[in-house]
Amino acid sequence: MRVRRGAFTLDVDLSAAAGETVAVLGPNGAGKTTLLRALAGLDEMEGRVVLDGEVLEDTGRGVHVPAERRHAGLVFQDHILFPHLTVLENVAFGLRAQRRPQPAAVARAWLADAGLGERAEAMPRALSGGQAQRVALLRALATEPRLLLLDEPLSALDVSIRAEVRRELSRQLASFQGVRLLVTHDPLEAMALADRLVVLEQGSVVQSGAPDEVTARPRSRFVADLAGVNLLRGHANGDHVTLIGDALVAAADAGSGDVFAVIHPRAVALYRTRPDGTPRNVWHGRVDSVDLYGDRVRVRVAGPVPLVAEVTRAAVRELGLAAGADVWMAVKATEVAVYPA
Amino acid sequence: MRRAKTPAAIGILAALGLLLFLLPMAGLIIRAPWSQALGELADPTTTTALGLSIFCSLTATGIALVLGVPLAMILARTRGTLRNILRALTTLPMVLPPVVGGVALLLAFGRRGLVGSLLYQAFGIQIPFTTAAAVMAETFVSMPFLVIAVEAGLRSLDHRYEEAARSLGAGYWRVFTRVTLPLLRPAIFSGAVLCWARALGEFGATITFAGNFPGRTQTVPIAVYLALETKPDAAITLSLILLVVSVAILVGMRDRWLGAL
Repeated sequence: MRVRRGAFTLDVDLSAAAGETVAVLGPNGAGKTTLLRALAGLDEMEGRVVLDGEVLEDTGRGVHVPAERRHAGLVFQDHILFPHLTVLENVAFGLRAQRRPQPAAVARAWLADAGLGERAEAMPRALSGGQAQRVALLRALATEPRLLLLDEPLSALDVSIRAEVRRELSRQLASFQGVRLLVTHDPLEAMALADRLVVLEQGSVVQSGAPDEVTARPRSRFVADLAGVNLLRGHANGDHVTLIGDALVAAADAGSGDVFAVIHPRAVALYRTRPDGTPRNVWHGRVDSVDLYGDRVRVRVAGPVPLVAEVTRAAVRELGLAAGADVWMAVKATEVAVYPA
Repeated sequence: MRRAKTPAAIGILAALGLLLFLLPMAGLIIRAPWSQALGELADPTTTTALGLSIFCSLTATGIALVLGVPLAMILARTRGTLRNILRALTTLPMVLPPVVGGVALLLAFGRRGLVGSLLYQAFGIQIPFTTAAAVMAETFVSMPFLVIAVEAGLRSLDHRYEEAARSLGAGYWRVFTRVTLPLLRPAIFSGAVLCWARALGEFGATITFAGNFPGRTQTVPIAVYLALETKPDAAITLSLILLVVSVAILVGMRDRWLGAL
C-alpha cells in the first residue's frame, strides 16, 4: 500500500496472520498513524488491502470498501469515547449500528467480563484515563471485528497506570481471534504486546521479525537506540570493518561486504590515557554527554568512532568524566558483532 | 504587575460611552407605567402582537435550523475561494441594513418579483404582506447567526468521534444523528437562541416586506413603533418585555457565547 501526504510518502508491504499481534514501531512522523487510518478506510491510499481473502481496497481495480463496512475495530490514543453516551451505550454503539441482537445485554457482558460492570451507567468523563482506554478497547472488541487496529493505545496514559492497562490489553488481545495491528513509538509497549515487530521509518519498513531478533540485529539507528546498543555501518574485510570516514573497527570474524557492527555499551571501556593491553580496538574521543541510567552512567563519546559507553558512577567520579573531557575507548574484537547490511 | 497609569481622558470617554447605553435603559425602567403594565398586557393589540411575534420568531428559528445546519456543514467542508463566496453570502444579512433586506425580498418574492411573479402566475400565491412574509423576513436576517455558530462548532469538532463511529459500522445518517448532532448540540443551541433573539427584534425587513397588519404581520417591534405616537404606555410596556427577554438571554447564555463567537 502507498499513501501520499504532501511531500511524505508511505510505502509499505505488510501481512499479518489471524491471532498474531503485529506491532508497527517507529519514531514520530514515520507514518504509523497514516498506515492505520488507510487500513481502517479513513484515508485515501493506493494499492491493495486484503482481509481474510476479501479485497477491502484495490485502487487499481477501483475497489474501496468504506470504513463502516470493514469490520475493523479501531482504538485511538486518547480513547475517543462518545462523551454524550454512557459507558454501556459506548460499548453497545457498534452492536446497534450493526443491528446485532440484544446490544445492551451483550455490551453489559463485555463490561462485566472486564471488571467494569459497575461503571456501565457512568459517563466517560467520570472515568479515569485507564478505565476510559479499557472501555474504548471493549467498544472495539464488542462487535467482534476481524481486524483490530490500535493506535498508541497506552501512550496517553500516566506511566503509573500504563502497566496495569498493558496487562489488561495483553489479556484481551490473547483471546481475540482476528488480526491485531498495533502502532506505537514506545518500544516497551511493542515488546510487551507483539509477536512480530515491524519497524517503520520515514514511510518505509526498515526491519521486521520477532522482537528478540530485531533488537539483536538492529538495522537502523532507531532500533539500535531502543535496544540500547551502538550501531556502526561500514565495509567488512576479513578481520576488520572500515567505517565511513576511514576509521577501522577490528572484529573477530567480519566477513566481507557492507555490514552493520553492533557494540554493547557495557563492552566499551574508558581510559584517561592511551591504554596498552589486549583490546585491539583503541580509539580517541571527547565526552559529549553524561547521562544517569539507574545505577549506571551512559557516557556518549564523539570522535572518529562515536560510541556510548556504560560505566559505573564510581568510575565517572574517579576518571573525572564530564562533557568535553578527552578519553580513550577500548573494545575487544570479540565484543563486536558483525552481520550483513 | 504595575501598568502604566490610564489618562483621565480615556476614563471620561469610556464613562460617556457607558452612559449612552445606561441612560436609555434607565429611562425605560423609570418611565414604565408599572401600575398599568398588567392592564396593557391584557390589551388585545398587545397580546395579538406578542402572540404573532412569538409564532413568527419561533418559526423563523425552526426554518433556520432546518436550512442553516446543512448550510453550516457545507461551509465547514469547503475551502478556498468558494468558501469565501459562500461565507460572504450567508453573513451578508448580518451587516446589510434590514430595510435593504426587506426591499431585496420584495424584489425577489413580490408580485412582480423574480420568483414572486412566477409563484403568482402559476399558483396565485402572493407572499408579501402575509404572515409568511414576516417569517421569511425574520429568517433572512437571523439565520446567519445560527450558521456562524454551527460552523464554528463543526470546525472545532474532533472528527475522530465520527471516525470511531464509522469504524464501528455506523453509516452516514447514524453517525450524523447519533454522534455529530449530539456533539454539536451546544453550538446549535447557542446559535438558535441568538437567531431567535434577532428574529424577535426584527423590524426593518419585516415592515418593508410584510407591512403592518395587526394579527397578520404586526409583530411587537412594529407595534411598539406605531403605539409610541398614540399609546405611549403600551409602547413602553412592550419595550420592557423585549428588554427583559434580551437580558434573560444575555445572562443565560453569556458563557456559551464567549466560547462560540
